[in-house]
Amino acid sequence: MVTQSFRKLIADDEATGAAPLLSAVGVMAQTLAQKIIARAAGRDVVRPGDVVTATVDLAMIHDSGGPRRVEPILKELGAGLFDASRVVLISDHFVPGDTDEGARILEFTRTWARQRDVTFHDGEGICHVVLPERGHLRPGMFVVGGDSHSPTGGAFGAYMFGVGATEMAGVLATGEIWLKVPGTILIEWRNRLCDGVMAKDIMLALCARLGMDGGCYQAIEYCGSAVAVLAMQERMTLTNMAAELGAQAGLIAPDEVTVAYLKKAGVEVGDWQHFSSDPGAKLLAHHVFDAATLEPQVAAPHSPANAEPVSQAPATAIDIAYIGACTGAKYQDLKYAATILRGRKPAPCVELIVAPASRHDQDRAAAEGIMQVFEDAGARILANACGICAGYGNDRLGEDVTCISSTARNFKGRMGAASSKVWLGSPLTVAASAVAGHIADPREFLAESGRAP
Amino acid sequence: MTNRIFLLGDDIDTDQLAPGHAMAGGLAALAGHCLGAVRPDFAASVKPGDVLVAGRNFGMGSSREQAAEVLKHLGVAGVVARTFAGIFYRNAINLGLPVMIAKNLDDVSDGDLAELDVVCSELHLTEKKLVVQLEPLPEYLKRLLADGGLVPQLKKRFAAERARLED
Ligand code: SF4
Repeated sequence: MVTQSFRKLIADDEATGAAPLLSAVGVMAQTLAQKIIARAAGRDVVRPGDVVTATVDLAMIHDSGGPRRVEPILKELGAGLFDASRVVLISDHFVPGDTDEGARILEFTRTWARQRDVTFHDGEGICHVVLPERGHLRPGMFVVGGDSHSPTGGAFGAYMFGVGATEMAGVLATGEIWLKVPGTILIEWRNRLCDGVMAKDIMLALCARLGMDGGCYQAIEYCGSAVAVLAMQERMTLTNMAAELGAQAGLIAPDEVTVAYLKKAGVEVGDWQHFSSDPGAKLLAHHVFDAATLEPQVAAPHSPANAEPVSQAPATAIDIAYIGACTGAKYQDLKYAATILRGRKPAPCVELIVAPASRHDQDRAAAEGIMQVFEDAGARILANACGICAGYGNDRLGEDVTCISSTARNFKGRMGAASSKVWLGSPLTVAASAVAGHIADPREFLAESGRAP
Repeated sequence: MTNRIFLLGDDIDTDQLAPGHAMAGGLAALAGHCLGAVRPDFAASVKPGDVLVAGRNFGMGSSREQAAEVLKHLGVAGVVARTFAGIFYRNAINLGLPVMIAKNLDDVSDGDLAELDVVCSELHLTEKKLVVQLEPLPEYLKRLLADGGLVPQLKKRFAAERARLED
């Protein structure tokens, strides 16, 4: 049994939602999730537990679960796409296509993109990072993704969730999907994260605290002053790992930070102030934690729920330090990792591998000298894609290898051999561990160099 | 009626239902490995109409649809559990496999003779002459199941649309 020392500020039973109130305009107070679903379902109000049919604003698919799986079903149905302009295809799982099967799948994906005339981002990065970066998301949108980390889009105030291939084929054919309206679990982080602590640490701590079914396939909404000061890509880590909590969606109400990001991505943001939970909206639960008491976390093999403060973890020797994935290799993640790696080298026995989450993020990191830091540290740089996280290419973990990784999941055998052991940590913790040669607390390195990211 | 209950525990994951190593051989081959790690007798002894009863978080793990498809292939009448992992729940309904939630499963033992009534939301323990109440499925999902799942339902819908156009 691991111990988690971060402080809970309000007891669960005191904080659970009040009875539904009427708002000033006489409509039932609703959560952010309810508002988005109500709009997509063409209703004024929806209640948790209602089953509704909603119109999707956008469908996102990737090379693995996309064309090769949905096309046979579309054929069987004799159906075309409901609206090609609302379908975004991104290749990432099998990029760079370094196996015969991967190359074949990518070829099929590219042909399908041409034939079906959909927006296609080929080899430009991981779907969950590329989608907002290229301006496809907006607050209030209702979006379905063919990938389990689709809740990532919720960082932008969009309701986004993952579905299997049959269901995606149905969405592509009709533009509609059924949905049981979720209740909302509000997770509030007050105060500020300390130096050396990242969004990833919040999520690992929550996995340990609430369990991998703690989200009960409902909506999780994050709020509080510690969330408000986070950059968009840090917020994306929170919503991304709502999947590890077993939630259907992870949401953050849009604010000025969201709007600034979206404007830069060329999005006409429109009405965004409406998309927040009304005061008095009924909640399933309201957890309030003190961010200032949270320490950097690591999750032991083979579950994110095995998280504990890194200060209490055994100083396990590592062979590979992996900075990758939609969860842990965005521009922000690379920037943090570089604060520790600048002027340092990994321990001789450690291989450092970096797979930037998108070409755009890699270019930005290069322009700011961050990629140079990794190169100087002797890192092996992989393609802007899922890389070892999906374990679909030639880069996989070998027998008995111990890895510390900035990815979201450390299930047995996911990243390679069943005998490999994967620890999860923030990009800072992965960088610190690379330098130390064993699992290490990033705060020691920050203190040493007097740098706070 | 000689349909039986297979009683399982919490956290039955998609790897136990559809083991990754057995995925390449197609559904028929996969069926032989279904639940092998927790119930080695399952694949060989399950008969059409049998019911799975489980604890919390049934179907957790990956979004692979084969986890639900393989149960359907084996003829399982449905799964009753305290809670389901969300993506499995959706996949099951869309593939036409009934998944029903029950708060109280105290009366159920492994091997009980049973019959699952999706329409009335009841699990009949025929030998014990007891009825376990299940949470009713929303009408929309009942219709989806009655149609045999999403693809048959959509086929029906598209056929009706085409017929209308031809009129
Ligand atoms: S990087 Fe990993 S978690 Fe993210 S989409 Fe790719 S395989 Fe999934």
